[in-house]
This record gives sequence, structure tokens and C-alpha cells, in this order.
Amino acid sequence: MKTIVIGVIGADVHAVGNKIIEYVLKKEGYNVVNIGVLSSQEDFINAAIETNADMILVSSLYGHGEMDCRGMREKCIEAGIGDIPMFVGGNIVVGKQDFDEVRDRFIKMGFNKAYPPGTPFEKTLPDIKEVLGE
Amino acid sequence: MSRYLMIDFGSTFTKLTAIDTEKEDIIATANSFTTVATDITVGYEKALEELYAKAGGKIGFDKIIGCSSAAGGLKMAAIGLVEELTLEAAKRVCLGAGAKVELAFSHHLTHADVRKIIDKKIDIILLAGGTDGGNSECILFNQKMLAESGIKIPVIYAGNKNCADEAVAVAREYGMDEYVCGNVMPKLNELKVDEARDKIREIFLKNIIEAKGIKKIEREIDKVILPTPEAVLKAAELLSKGYMRESGLGEIVLVDIGGATTDFYSMCSASAKRSDVVLKGLEEPYAKRTVEGDLGMRYSALGVLDALSEEEIRTYDEDENIDLKAELMYRHEHVDNVPADEHEVKIDRIMGQICVDKSIERHVGKMEEMYTPMGLVYYQYGKDLSQIRYVIGTGGVLVKSKTPREILKKVEYTPSKPLELRPRRPQYLLDKDYILAAMGLLSEIDPLLALKIMKKHIVPIEN
Repeated sequence: MKTIVIGVIGADVHAVGNKIIEYVLKKEGYNVVNIGVLSSQEDFINAAIETNADMILVSSLYGHGEMDCRGMREKCIEAGIGDIPMFVGGNIVVGKQDFDEVRDRFIKMGFNKAYPPGTPFEKTLPDIKEVLGE
Repeated sequence: MSRYLMIDFGSTFTKLTAIDTEKEDIIATANSFTTVATDITVGYEKALEELYAKAGGKIGFDKIIGCSSAAGGLKMAAIGLVEELTLEAAKRVCLGAGAKVELAFSHHLTHADVRKIIDKKIDIILLAGGTDGGNSECILFNQKMLAESGIKIPVIYAGNKNCADEAVAVAREYGMDEYVCGNVMPKLNELKVDEARDKIREIFLKNIIEAKGIKKIEREIDKVILPTPEAVLKAAELLSKGYMRESGLGEIVLVDIGGATTDFYSMCSASAKRSDVVLKGLEEPYAKRTVEGDLGMRYSALGVLDALSEEEIRTYDEDENIDLKAELMYRHEHVDNVPADEHEVKIDRIMGQICVDKSIERHVGKMEEMYTPMGLVYYQYGKDLSQIRYVIGTGGVLVKSKTPREILKKVEYTPSKPLELRPRRPQYLLDKDYILAAMGLLSEIDPLLALKIMKKHIVPIEN
């Protein structure tokens, strides 16, 4: 069974989407390690190390995702899990920006995928399966 | 009617407590220097004579049991993967079992780390790492490092269960003294102490007391059954929770200031007590113990000095009109110093206050402020002790002090440390007859009696 760490990054307390993601992934047969809201980069990385996770899914809904996610890939490399796939999604930047640019920014930060607001989970699920080699 | 004798073989003193079950009270207490380096029975018999003298004649005991922290106590090394997760869980298990965590290692062990384990004469190694089904590479690496070094120290495997069999196979191949129990952190942030703690006690009884020359005493008495700090932990938990119809005191903290260490215990639920906080970090147990190996009245007097900032030292010097540095140095060099005049009493009082202040600072839960778009939110790490009803003091400096309240008051909330969740308005109690360890032992035979005696002998501090 593949293990996925999920959580809401930064000073963000939006819990509903987080629960939905947990529900869907569990139904798909994944071992979900949900570290919940108000989680730091270190919380994600430590959880991934201890549970030998196969990927990290970062959620952010309050617009400060860009600040919260910066440097996370570097920390993964430092912690010895530099190759772990990381996806990010939600309302990840301030205001209405062209999402192609936003996506580029997050890819440059080291995320494998970045999703705009309102992306249905049916759209992200095939990407998750693909990156996990399923 | 039965008579029991409870013995605490401490690092300095062997303490005896005789109990009468019919009167539901203590007959007498006595103590003498611990003589573990030569023959532990000598000190015991000396204390016994004193006890008989106090009781006015020889007593026939129906049961004699002991606990021990003699010969350096129980020294453990905790090994985990991530420092804040499995290593922290492993450390908590060791402390809860009454051990001292002499060494702690996260991630891969090095040859130098293994060398330290051997040099420090560690009694038991607790090997953790990985949640169940999680990381197995690190714990197997560490298992192999320990195996290849040829150490004969008992190892408890309490990590990822998926590779337990593989680890045992390695251990067997190298003829290691290996024990397996449930994972200390089976799921992320979930702490599981019971199995590993019971294993530690089992090994303590089987190997450690033998190796330390304590087993000899079992010719004279029935059994040594616990490490002393675990006995104290049991007593404190019983006193807090109560037993059957006999009610307990509710949420309490207990501070034990010794010559070498200061032990801090909190008995309270770990849930958040305010609605505006978010709990962070590893799950906390109801009964929690921390040990400060650098804070003590004599052997660790220099540790007390190191724990203070230059500014704090100057403040003490000016407020109390003393030379704190010189005084602490003196006590470190004269560990048998007993306060003889007003001045020395004052120094002991100040040292006690520092031990209390620093040990609760390290034990107590803390808040961290976080500004979010939804307003100010607090993270809470550790246990909230603000609602604690009773603070109990034990240990020589408090029991002998004329002003124990002044020393214990240092646990309280202070505006200068607003984010520490210290007790707000507690009442103060004193273990005046020094019976907590003995009552922890008694609770193994008769918890109700132990509780009743504690409620009688642990008394409010007047002034």
C-alpha cells in the first residue's frame, strides 16, 4: 500500500478540503497520513520520513501558499528525501493571477504539480496514480 | 494484621518505611548511607537497627520489598529516526520507566555514537524508528551497527514492526541480548509506552540489579521490584487519580529535588484547556516525568550554574547579596555539605528555587503565537499545567527547609514568561516524611492503603 502525507500548510486553518482529500484517497486504497491544518514544512517532511511516504500533497486555501511553500524542496533534499513527489493545490496565491505563471513558479520551487482553485479531485487522481507508478 | 517494610535504595541513602496495615499508618522510618560499592546489606542492616530503635523493638515483617536507584540508577540510550518524533517517543518511554536518558541519537548511528554507548556504561538501549509500515531502512542500519560492534548490552527493539523479524535475525546472528516489543510510535504522533516500559522493568529486574550488586540484598528481603523513579511515578498517579471509592487529589504536579537530579512529574490530562489553541507535537501522557540530570543540590551544583544566564546570576547576586558562582562551586566540591548556619540555609533555598524554576521551565507546555488571516491563533506544545490544583514537594532540601513554600512557589506563572503554561494558583503540599517511593512500592500490594497513608502524610504547607 502506498503512503501519502497530506496537510494544510502555514497559518491556514481550512479543514474541510483536507478531510475530503483524506476521504477520497482512503477510498482509493492509499495509506493516508493526515497531519491536519496549521502544519509547517518540517511537519510534512518529518511525517514523510517516519512513515516512509511515497508522496506529499500540500493544500493551501488562504492565499499565502507561495510564501509557505518556498524552500520546501531544498529542505526535503537536506532531509534525505529529495526525490519525493510533491503536489500543491488550492487557492495558493494572492489575488487573481494567470495560473500558467503561478504553476511555473511552483514547478521552479520543486513541486511536481500545482493545481488552480476549484480543481475537482477526479482531475488530480490520475496524476497521483501516474507519479506513483500505478 | 500485616506489617510491611518498604525500602528505597537511593544513590546516597537507603530509606526504610515500616507499615502497619491494621492502623493504616506508618510505624517508623529510618535511613542510612547506601553501601552498594562494598556490600549493600551493610547499609540496609544499619538502617534496620535504627528503625527497630525508633519502633521500640524488633518487628517481624510479612513482606519486604524494595526499589532502587543505587549505583547510578538505570542508565538508558534512546535511539530514533526523526528527533521530534520517534526519538522523542523513545525518550519519553525511558523517562516513564524510571530511567535516565544518558544518550539520545536520531537517524543513522555512527561508530563514535556506538563508542559513547559503551563508554557511558549504558544499561539498556531502546531502539526505535519508523511508524508501523513506515521507514525500515534506518532502524535496520542501526540494528546492524549495534550488532557489528559486538556489544552485550540488552537492546529493546520498539520500532517499525514490519522489519522486527529481520532485526531479530541480525541480533541472533551476532548473539545479542535482544528483546522485541510493540512500536513506541505505531502511527504518526501516537505514543505507546506500556509494552516498552514493561520490557524495561523486566530487564531491570532480570539483569540490571544483578549487575549493580543490588541483587545480593534479595537474600535478606523478598524482592527489589522497581526503579525508584517509577515507584514515585506510581505513587503520584495513584494520589492523583484515587482508587476505588477513595478519591484522589485530582490534577497535581510533583517536584523532587535531589543531590544529583531534579525530577518533575505532572499528573493531568494533556488536552488543550483553552478554545483558542491548536495542539502540536507528539501526544502527551497523563502521567509524565522529566529528569534534569544537570540540576541538583550538590553533585550537579555546577549544572545549576550553567543553566543560568549571566544576567540571572547577577540578579541573584544583587537581590540576595551573595556570590552565587563561588557558593555553587563550593557545594560541588563539598557534596556532603549540610547547611550549618543562616547563610548556608539561604544558599540552599536559592539553589532549590533555581532547580524548581528551571525544571518546570523544561517540563511545562508552551504556547507559540501565530498570526493568521483569521486572527491570532496559539500553538500549544506540551502539557497545560495552568489549572493544576496541588503542587507537591519532596527531596531533602524541601523536607528539611523551614520555608519550603518559598522554594516551591517558583513553579508559578510569572508575567515575565507569559507563554509558559505554569500553574496559576496552586496549593502547596509537602511529602514531609519522605514516603512517596515507599508508597509507590506499597501500591503494588495494597493501593488503597498506600493512598490513605499518602493522604495522611502529605500535608499542606502552612506559611
